[in-house]
Amino acid sequence: MALLEFTNKGIYCAQAKIYIDPWKKVKQALITHGHGDHSRWGHDFYLCTRSAKPVIRHRLGPINIEGMDYGETRMINGVKFSFHPAGHILGSAQVRAEYKGEVWVASGDYKLEDDGLSEAFEPVRCHSFITESTFGLPAYKWPDQFETYQQINAWWAQNKAEGKVSILSAYALGKAQRLLHHLDPAIGPIFTHGAIENVNEVIRSQGVILPKTTRITAKQKKKDFVGAIVIATPNAIGSNWTRKFQPYSVGIASGWMATRGARKRRNADRGFVMSDHADWDGLNSAIKATGAEKIIVTHGYTETFTRWLREQGYEAYGEKTMFDDEAPDTSTIEKQPE
Amino acid sequence: MRHFAQLFIVLDQTTQADAKVAALAQYFALVEPEDKLWAVAILSHQRPKRTVNTTLLRSWGAEVSELPDWLFEQTYQMLGDLAETIANILPTPIINNQQSLTYWIRYIQALSALEEADRKTKVIAAWEQLSPPERFVFNKFITGGFRIGLAQKLMVQALSKHTQVEENILAHRLMGNWTPETTTFQQLILEVKPNEHISKPYPFYLANALEKTPESLGDLSDWQIERKWDGIRGQIIVRKEECFVWSREEELISAKFPEFHPLTKHLPDGTVLDGEIMPFKDGQILPFHLLQTRIGRKNITKTILQKIPAVLIAYDLLEYHGQDIRDRPLRERRQLLEKLLHENPAADTLLISDLVEVPTWNDLKTEREKSRAHQSEGLILKRKSSPYQADRQESDWWKWKVAPLCIDAVLIYAQKGQGQGASLFSNFTFAVWDEERLVPFTKAAAGLSKLEINEITAWVSKNIVERFGPVRSVTPHHVFEITFEGIQKSSRHKSGVALRSPRINRWYKDKPKEAANTLADLQQLLGVYGNTTDS
Repeated sequence: MALLEFTNKGIYCAQAKIYIDPWKKVKQALITHGHGDHSRWGHDFYLCTRSAKPVIRHRLGPINIEGMDYGETRMINGVKFSFHPAGHILGSAQVRAEYKGEVWVASGDYKLEDDGLSEAFEPVRCHSFITESTFGLPAYKWPDQFETYQQINAWWAQNKAEGKVSILSAYALGKAQRLLHHLDPAIGPIFTHGAIENVNEVIRSQGVILPKTTRITAKQKKKDFVGAIVIATPNAIGSNWTRKFQPYSVGIASGWMATRGARKRRNADRGFVMSDHADWDGLNSAIKATGAEKIIVTHGYTETFTRWLREQGYEAYGEKTMFDDEAPDTSTIEKQPE
Repeated sequence: MRHFAQLFIVLDQTTQADAKVAALAQYFALVEPEDKLWAVAILSHQRPKRTVNTTLLRSWGAEVSELPDWLFEQTYQMLGDLAETIANILPTPIINNQQSLTYWIRYIQALSALEEADRKTKVIAAWEQLSPPERFVFNKFITGGFRIGLAQKLMVQALSKHTQVEENILAHRLMGNWTPETTTFQQLILEVKPNEHISKPYPFYLANALEKTPESLGDLSDWQIERKWDGIRGQIIVRKEECFVWSREEELISAKFPEFHPLTKHLPDGTVLDGEIMPFKDGQILPFHLLQTRIGRKNITKTILQKIPAVLIAYDLLEYHGQDIRDRPLRERRQLLEKLLHENPAADTLLISDLVEVPTWNDLKTEREKSRAHQSEGLILKRKSSPYQADRQESDWWKWKVAPLCIDAVLIYAQKGQGQGASLFSNFTFAVWDEERLVPFTKAAAGLSKLEINEITAWVSKNIVERFGPVRSVTPHHVFEITFEGIQKSSRHKSGVALRSPRINRWYKDKPKEAANTLADLQQLLGVYGNTTDS
């Protein structure tokens, strides 16, 4: 039996009787990061990295959770587990599992660029590697992130000059803080949607420095937003909530913005190509760096990417996760964290 | 090219007109005059000619990408655009070429003289120097497929913002058969030309939709009633032996309508007419879509002029013998208009908009119901005492359209959109019942919200019965209300009818497919409202 296997509850290590990012209630769960589709409610025990713990606790309330340092090991019934930086968001980790000399890595979500906020991705040598494939198509190649930050700041300044508020859509955990970290506060004031500011508070309490932000409340007047940028959750865009910012321009920072079709479909004025997932080249180089022979491909362009890896000489196969029901390019998946 | 690629991204994505104008003005401020002129030309649909066909482009792209064919193909299918596929999958250049738009246009122009092998070398060399957004633009240029939806008016606004020259003067300067090869930005855009102010139009007076009862407008005898024509609202200006045609969007469209140019011989100097440009032949109004096909063409050939001649149905006179008469009441302007057309009968491209004269509001309602038989959209009500107003705070012009026709139909085929909509089902074919059989009778794409398109796409994906090329037949299940403005007999369609401006008006989620309308219902509509001459 494989050390890690895919079950209807999630990735399972039978030897240690523990699940990785399970989507149904289990006794023991290793959690790669705090996004809702990876850390779900209802397990008896959660084990994650020390820096992922505050946000998970904030989101899930009173749970039995323990944080570990990166690289620290934990023996569970003869299986040696450790967490290694995945570079996806603050606290995100790849899970390394070793048993009788056989090494598996479940990478969760990851990206290779150092965004200055998340612990930077580290390749981990292993025999078998479980990888996502959200952007596992050669059409997805990220431009230099600093160029994108520049574009975002220039867009904000331009909107300000035209008397418009800039509304930037970002998932509350991860993308929002990454953007905040790279905005130029000299341009104007920064406002945040309540759901984002809640996460900001948790992250600031961990010692992370973010620029000054103001939570949006009913008290603020239209004039308070002159020249401002508003970081909003995707579902707030286009709702009544944005009315008081008029006139405004909407921007979206996402990996999906790399294609013209997606840019046009989303109701935005500007799309910025920026993702917390690995692009095509990132996936390929990450896999190569593990030295693994066996690759298990999960959510995203699973079939295409698996075939490609096989042709590259890997022993690759795809596994379904609960998020594989939809093609990546439909509206539902766009609501998923990125 | 970097600035142009960035400009393209903004123009392509935003739907806000002011954002487009701002991006254009910003671009003009950034680049050299040569580039400005090329950008104006390219964005005014003077795109470069095709120098490489898509078959070659595809094979070169696949070769340089070093990807297996199937993966190249899958990526292409997902994006739905070859130029974009190649732009995205090739490696990002390490050193980005900083050459201008003009440099690359010349580079592309030089391709056509080369043998295929040399052309290939040059195209690949370009790919190696350009960033993905620039590569996309480059690929669109070499395949002659560069398209962007940009109203001429916005271009004019942006140029005006940049040069401080008045908009209507700029529109005039942009006219004619110039190319960046035959002129310069200085000559074309900045130099003052003699008499250029003579093309200046008046702001159009727009009618509001009548939502209250017509009786609330008071005494019927205070109102001038005309049919509402669905053509192109236009202003024709004859001044100093020149003729100018402006559309309601204030675009100068003189070049599209050469039949109006002889009006300089028939109308006195200083005449400005307001009216509707209509396709018209042998005393008959032709279907509007024919005029649309004319508008879309770059060159108006003799054949087209013979097949689809245009007239102006004139309904107002704004300038008479060089005098602005907009402040005079409509009844006076109408008299002058009638006099003018009566005195100049040789102007056979001018018709007058006939008045609908009935004694009571009730009779008028009956007249409105007859609109379709007159191939009109309804009625227009204008207060006889009204001046020609530029702003319509308090309107004295009302449009009273007939309600659209509607029919409940079953969705039977779906097709994905192109380019931006390549992964969503957005074009549909609908059918009505003929006994137990569903007969397709119309296609419709417009009318669904983005959410509904996502929802129907998910449903279609799970309910495909057969594939015919890009078309998917689906299990008949969903019923939609289709509205349309007219119906015509057609021997080219299986159902025997053709609809005008069909739209999806409503998605009935609770209506069983059996409750949809029948072919007999359609034929009844044709009998009542139809134009039974075959289209």
